Amino acid sequence: MDFNSPTLEYSLLAPILIILAGALIGVLIEAFVGKTRRPVVQLSVALAALVLALIQVIRIRELSSTTAAMGSVVIDGPGLLFQGAILIIAIISIFLIADQDNFTSSPAALPGSDEERQATQSGTVLTEIYPLTLFAVAGMLLFPVASDLITLFVALEVLSLPLYLMAGLSRHRRLASQEAALKYFLLGAFSSAFFLFGSAYLYGYAGTVSFAGIHAAVVGGTGNDVILLLGIAFVSIGLLFKVSAVPFHAWSPDVYQGAPTPITGFMAAATKIAAFGAMLRLFYTVLAEAQWQWRPFFMVIAIITMIFGSLVAISQRDVKRMLAYSSIAHAGFLLTGVIALNKAGLEASIYYLFAYGVATVGAFGIVTLVRDSSGEVSDLNRWAGLGKRSPWVASAFAFFLLAFAGIPLTSGFIGKFAIFSAAYESGATAVVIVGVLSSAIAAFFYIRVIVLMFFTDATEDGTSVVIPSILTRLTIAISLVITVALGVFPAPLLDFIKPLAIFIR
Amino acid sequence: MTSNLIVYLIAIPLFSSAVLLLSGRKANKWGHLLGTLASASSFGVSAYLFTQMLAQPAEDRAMTQKLFSWISVGSFNVDASLLLDQLSICFVLLITGVGTLIHIYSISYMSHDLDRRRFFAYLNLFIAAMLLLVLGDSYLNLYVGWEGVGLASYLLIGFWNEKPTYATAAKKAFVMNRVGDLGLSLAIMIAFASMGTVSFAGIKEAAPQASTTTLTAIGIMLLIAAAGKSAQFPLQAWLGDAMAGPTPVSALIHAATMVTAGVYLITRSNFIFDAAPTAQLLVVIVGAITLLFGAVIGTAKDDIKKALAASTMSQIGYMTLAAGLGPVGYAFAIMHLLTHGFFKAGMFLGAGSVMHGMNDEVNMRKYGALRKFMPITFITFGLGYLAIIGIPPFAGFYSKDMIIETALNAGGIKGILLGSAALFGAGLTAFYMTRVMILTFTGTKRWDDDAHPHESPILMWLPMAILAIGSVVSGFLFTRGDALVHWLEPVVASHGHEEHSELLPPIVVSGIALTIVLIGISIAVMMYVRRPIEDVAPENVSALTRIVRQDLLQDAANEAIFMRPGQALTKTLIAVDEKVIDGAVHGVGAMAIGSGSELRKSQTGYVRSYSALILVGAAAIVLGIWVITQ
Repeated sequence: MDFNSPTLEYSLLAPILIILAGALIGVLIEAFVGKTRRPVVQLSVALAALVLALIQVIRIRELSSTTAAMGSVVIDGPGLLFQGAILIIAIISIFLIADQDNFTSSPAALPGSDEERQATQSGTVLTEIYPLTLFAVAGMLLFPVASDLITLFVALEVLSLPLYLMAGLSRHRRLASQEAALKYFLLGAFSSAFFLFGSAYLYGYAGTVSFAGIHAAVVGGTGNDVILLLGIAFVSIGLLFKVSAVPFHAWSPDVYQGAPTPITGFMAAATKIAAFGAMLRLFYTVLAEAQWQWRPFFMVIAIITMIFGSLVAISQRDVKRMLAYSSIAHAGFLLTGVIALNKAGLEASIYYLFAYGVATVGAFGIVTLVRDSSGEVSDLNRWAGLGKRSPWVASAFAFFLLAFAGIPLTSGFIGKFAIFSAAYESGATAVVIVGVLSSAIAAFFYIRVIVLMFFTDATEDGTSVVIPSILTRLTIAISLVITVALGVFPAPLLDFIKPLAIFIR
Repeated sequence: MTSNLIVYLIAIPLFSSAVLLLSGRKANKWGHLLGTLASASSFGVSAYLFTQMLAQPAEDRAMTQKLFSWISVGSFNVDASLLLDQLSICFVLLITGVGTLIHIYSISYMSHDLDRRRFFAYLNLFIAAMLLLVLGDSYLNLYVGWEGVGLASYLLIGFWNEKPTYATAAKKAFVMNRVGDLGLSLAIMIAFASMGTVSFAGIKEAAPQASTTTLTAIGIMLLIAAAGKSAQFPLQAWLGDAMAGPTPVSALIHAATMVTAGVYLITRSNFIFDAAPTAQLLVVIVGAITLLFGAVIGTAKDDIKKALAASTMSQIGYMTLAAGLGPVGYAFAIMHLLTHGFFKAGMFLGAGSVMHGMNDEVNMRKYGALRKFMPITFITFGLGYLAIIGIPPFAGFYSKDMIIETALNAGGIKGILLGSAALFGAGLTAFYMTRVMILTFTGTKRWDDDAHPHESPILMWLPMAILAIGSVVSGFLFTRGDALVHWLEPVVASHGHEEHSELLPPIVVSGIALTIVLIGISIAVMMYVRRPIEDVAPENVSALTRIVRQDLLQDAANEAIFMRPGQALTKTLIAVDEKVIDGAVHGVGAMAIGSGSELRKSQTGYVRSYSALILVGAAAIVLGIWVITQ
């Protein structure tokens, strides 16, 4: 029996490999570097890995449009754009994650135990968070460029497992955090099972797991349509779970609320880019010819998701839960980009994902700042009057909210406008109408928070805003600058995306 | 032809403005110098570009520069591009040239003001915005400059905002300008909706295919915009109050440049107005009404700056009238605009110089006999005076005469009406300007004892002198061999020359105009030289005078027509809003919140129910597939 060793195109895979190497070095640092120096060393290594990976992504953009690793990975324009966006989000988030106040010092200790108290008092900080983040980023980088179902699944698990852990590391309200982690894990496992089940069906239909092979089978049209449809449906469920589309969303409010806020921000922004990247690749290339089978379902899901997310967000009293529902609504808006199934839709989705991701990290960065003596305050009622006490923080948050709402001169407006017009061009009028109406509903709850911050008197047990550390300040400032710049000068990024946004099969 | 230099015209003053605003107190020592240098450099660049244009044949003179692609979404593409053609260079030279002179003047005029640096920052900001306005190659780029000058004007009118009345004046100007701005944005929207472009070149190309209704709508909206910015009837009421700003501001913004932006807009949009006769007719009507309106108000003003402001309004009325007369009039509108830029800026600076020597007194009844104390101011102001009333060979004679002639020759009853209005306006101008001269510079002294009139320093009188030279020679230079008309031909007269029969030969028109001007002067002399002037305005005057003193009741009219019905409307709307709309909104809101709360109950917190939900969703999809494949 012959054995051919696989050929690997190292330069094309380098971004992923650099991140993995950074993660492994991080694990070694945990073992060999003294406690006091660990935070600085870990942050430097993580940052260096992310920046190097980003540089490599930029360097190979000319070499793009080839397959790598025996056809398991496809490096093309959109793939690199997704990778670049994920890396930029990760770089912005890493500063926020580095602000150690948010993480428990000894995750293994029982909440409320003496052991925990001792660990906290001794000033131990949790530095495992850096390698975990890098592992998750590696999975996210692989996810949108995977070009067979097995690689896709492996990437899904690589990105998910660290996130399950990270969700349980909150310093305050540890029980809620651990509960969230467990929920996320159980439901994630459940949806992964669906994904695998669907992959099996697609294999049964096409006789191969490679995207190219499945595409050929779909174009050939010789297989059994029912099997194809079931395969599409179950694989989609796995992906829709990750982007928290209704009815696969239920985990997200609980996890967003329970997880440490920096992780929530990172997860909300980066996971969405990765998952939508994979989804766009799957439906724009492999299954484009089967659009009559999947588009109707996606329209229904998009409509339900947009309405549900916007409506339920209104009645939220917790800022993190509100942002979770807002992210559900945004998942619905982004699904219209998948439905559009044209080049404009792809460009708009990429722009939207990046703009939304940056604003999300910034918004969660601000949530970490609003505190009382026992930690973060996410109860919205206690945000009342924040604008008078801390005008800068409140204004920045208001600006992010306006970006989410899609008010002109913010990045969100251009994104929504582009994505809806792409969907409209493709004939999905009903979805666009619902989208615009839900945006109006969504604007209501975003602006309600602004009114609360600026035009409502503070309650007695008001919260204070901690003076942000330089790291958190960096996160918020970068997010704010990008959000403003994308709103006022969208053209450079749109022009940058345009020639690159072509999938190869 | 492209040029990479155009952007520096705007960038230099903009950068300087930013530096001045951000640098704080330590820049107080050199802030004014940097501001003046920025404006002067911009003038240098424009002079260089002008010589480059002169070296080209007429049809190749327009230069463009693409900065970046600004908006590119779907079919909506706007580049941030600059266009320097024969029309914009006139403005660029005027703005930077007069602007620089006024910067120099302000160094001295504002020397006692603690906030002089901020003042120069705003002036630079204004220069940059105004240049963007005239250099934008599309209505959208123009709009940015249009809003920018509005902002600069607001900031400068309210520069001494510690006085509540000044702050109110700034707000009034801003709000009335908003009305006009709305017209401009509507015009842009209509143009985009019907022609799919907002660039001048694109619309010029598309205009012949567009329906007359569309073009008329755009034209009327542009006219509203022009009326707001140029203080034309019925949006004229803010200009008088705008005199609250420091005098150099009144000279630069509210006489020489910004207020003429409306005339620029109409001239630039010649391809729209020439194809929309109704809109064009409205333009001449607005122009004619305003030129009389302003002149009448000017006859009863005792405040020297307000008298000059009324005169500005009236003179811009002349320009609007000319611009509304079509291809034959555009060049004369621009010519009058340029000559007016010289003589009116010069006179405002003269007024500033007088105020400087008179403890900031603006009431002309407290002046008198200043000729002896301020000889230079008297001479420069006097040259401006001769120019504005149209005595040959001063600048105003050429430009105004052309407008009167064109108006008379417009044909039929329209021509006679417009011509008579223009002629009557010339008489009124002669009257009120002579009155200003007499009250200020001749007769007996009527000032308070603590006033010590003296001539202003050289930094102030030098700009006045230069502007005075401009008021003397510019008209002759522009008309020599129809220089300006030919210069502007590629921009404004590309629709074929239409010849009108002449109602009267030019020499006769000039004769009539001069006669009327002399009558105006004589009446003023009889009224104010022969009779003693009281230093308090007499109370026992006719009802007509009283009405004119109240600016022909413009504020009362605004209050009666817009403000009080507006307030009533607001009250009604509030009532309706509270009862009906709020009811509906609260209903819908309650419904949304209610349904949200109901849906929220699906969020139980139990993993088992979440996974059941996923399962139900999957089952529903499978069911859907089953239904489809059956």
